[in-house]
Amino acid sequence: MSSFIGFPRRLAVASVVFTALALGACNNSQTGTGGEAQTGGSPSPAASGEQVSGPVAIDGSSTVGPISQAVAEEFQGANPDAQVSVATSGTGGGMKKFCAGQIDIANASRPIKDEEIQACEKAGIQFVELPVALDGIAVVVNKENNFAKCLTVDELKKVWGPAATGKVTNWNQVRSDFPSQPMKLYGPGTDSGTFEYFTEAVVGEAKSSRTDYTPSEDDNVLVQGVQGDPGSLGYFGVGYYEENQDKLNLVQVRNPDTDTCTAPVPLDNVVKGTYAPLSRPLFIYVSKKSLDQKPAVKSFTDFYVNNAKTVVGDVGYVPLPDEAYTSLENKVSNTKTGSTFKDVEPGTDITKLLTQ
Amino acid sequence: MASPPQISSTPQSIFRPNAKHREAISKIFRIICAIGLGIGLVVLGLLLVDVFQDGFARLWQPGFFTGNASRFAQKAGLRTALLGSVWLLILLLLISVPIGVGAAVYLEEYAPKNRLSQFIEINIANLAGVPSIVYGLLGLGIFNELFGLGPTLLSGALTLSLLILPLIIVASREAIRGVPQSMREASYGLGATKWQTVSNHVLPYAIPGIVTGVIISVSRAVGETAPLIVVGAVGYLTSNPGLLRRFSALPIQIFDWISRPQAAFTNTAAAGIIVLLALLFVMNGTAIYIRNRFSTFR
Repeated sequence: MSSFIGFPRRLAVASVVFTALALGACNNSQTGTGGEAQTGGSPSPAASGEQVSGPVAIDGSSTVGPISQAVAEEFQGANPDAQVSVATSGTGGGMKKFCAGQIDIANASRPIKDEEIQACEKAGIQFVELPVALDGIAVVVNKENNFAKCLTVDELKKVWGPAATGKVTNWNQVRSDFPSQPMKLYGPGTDSGTFEYFTEAVVGEAKSSRTDYTPSEDDNVLVQGVQGDPGSLGYFGVGYYEENQDKLNLVQVRNPDTDTCTAPVPLDNVVKGTYAPLSRPLFIYVSKKSLDQKPAVKSFTDFYVNNAKTVVGDVGYVPLPDEAYTSLENKVSNTKTGSTFKDVEPGTDITKLLTQ
Repeated sequence: MASPPQISSTPQSIFRPNAKHREAISKIFRIICAIGLGIGLVVLGLLLVDVFQDGFARLWQPGFFTGNASRFAQKAGLRTALLGSVWLLILLLLISVPIGVGAAVYLEEYAPKNRLSQFIEINIANLAGVPSIVYGLLGLGIFNELFGLGPTLLSGALTLSLLILPLIIVASREAIRGVPQSMREASYGLGATKWQTVSNHVLPYAIPGIVTGVIISVSRAVGETAPLIVVGAVGYLTSNPGLLRRFSALPIQIFDWISRPQAAFTNTAAAGIIVLLALLFVMNGTAIYIRNRFSTFR
């Protein structure tokens, strides 16, 4: 045998070459990062004006994830050495990690809950609550459905309340002049913040919902479900309706305060709060400790409130009014901790709350 | 007892020629088998056509391999995810091959055949069938928490190594068991030690089987999503992955794109799927090449 342990030498050589090539490729692209990541738009520079480096760990809602990703994308152009990571394990999952001190920023599609605040307090984690965008929850039906034009909150409750499980299965049970047609329901899974917000706004209690509907964590699956089923009804973020307008019919929801039918499109209805109670703010929660100790997190948060306005539209959400972002900047610079949103009823005028 | 036909004078009522009937059954069975193959091929073909239609053009747009993930489907690239997967691949080979093949050699060549080794054998075979999410939770508990590695690439690679170790051990043992006993005896007969026998004769003879097992296991690991999500892989990363940094991987990046509302992300996701398929195809091709190469080598 020519080689020492009998393994053919060529194989060993090949594997070493492969490894070297792969590692080389890593190094090459590392140096090229800054230039390639430059993207469109003209983001204003980070408040500090200096480049920062170091990790910024973000996790939480898959609804808010795209906004944080978009901000990170712009942030990286200005700070090529910062390592921003955005995971999407759901609002609840993100909050758990946040209050365990594992991440710097939690994305949330609903306000923080009392239990979560207690968990954070126990671990000594204080947070700054920042609403960064608005979202309308769209109620949609199949394209062939031409009778469900506007539903009241009570009717939605009749359909989605826990009492409806196995009982409300036909459209004529919702309103007597609706035709007799079997109803199929599609909605987000129970870990989703959208599910919590919708149930709280419609049923009156978060997470209280009928159980015999088709759930999916992937909103595109819900779109396909409603699209393929003539008797279907579903709900999800308005961004998914906007991208699929030709395939779905949007249902108006009667605002209980003004008694008028409104839809989340045009998006102005969400900003003005006329699409109530299904308009909601989307949040990020930033750890005070990370803000104080990690320059990258501080710089990223400043960048976030400065630039959210320009990117939220790109990912299908509605920006807050300008003056709201100004008040957020103050909130960050004063590191004002605590939650002002946790007890706010769904349907409250968000803009007013923010600018107060 | 059947008697030769020419002697037989049995009336037709007892001896009924049914060759036609039997041949018909034989034909039907053949058709059923062909249908089975056909369904498999058609479904695979449809999937491939669908994915290539959606993603092939997107694949060649500038920046797809070198760019970062982006909120614009047309600009989104998979550099960090691809690098993450390549890192995982290399680490997996480095970690699991020496341990897995070593364990297999010990079990086959050195371990005494007693109750304990039997017990270990059965357990390894069972571990090969444990759902991957369980390994994810194990990795989260051991590597992330206990060892304090956190949600890093290293802890992801270690978790996936745990996942494929039983597969590699089982495959390597099969390969080593396939080496004829006469070969070992011939080696001992010439005065070789156990180490010389194993390294010069048993392992080279078993390499095709071992390599096939390793590459199929690693291919499986590269396509895994669930354990990586549990350990903390992310769908979006601005920096290249490093050993002790947060990381992404191709399947997770693809999932992130698929769940976007904008229709254009479908194409980006499809292009990502093509890259993942190509990676797996190259790896399996390598396995076949090595197997053929070493089958003739000995």
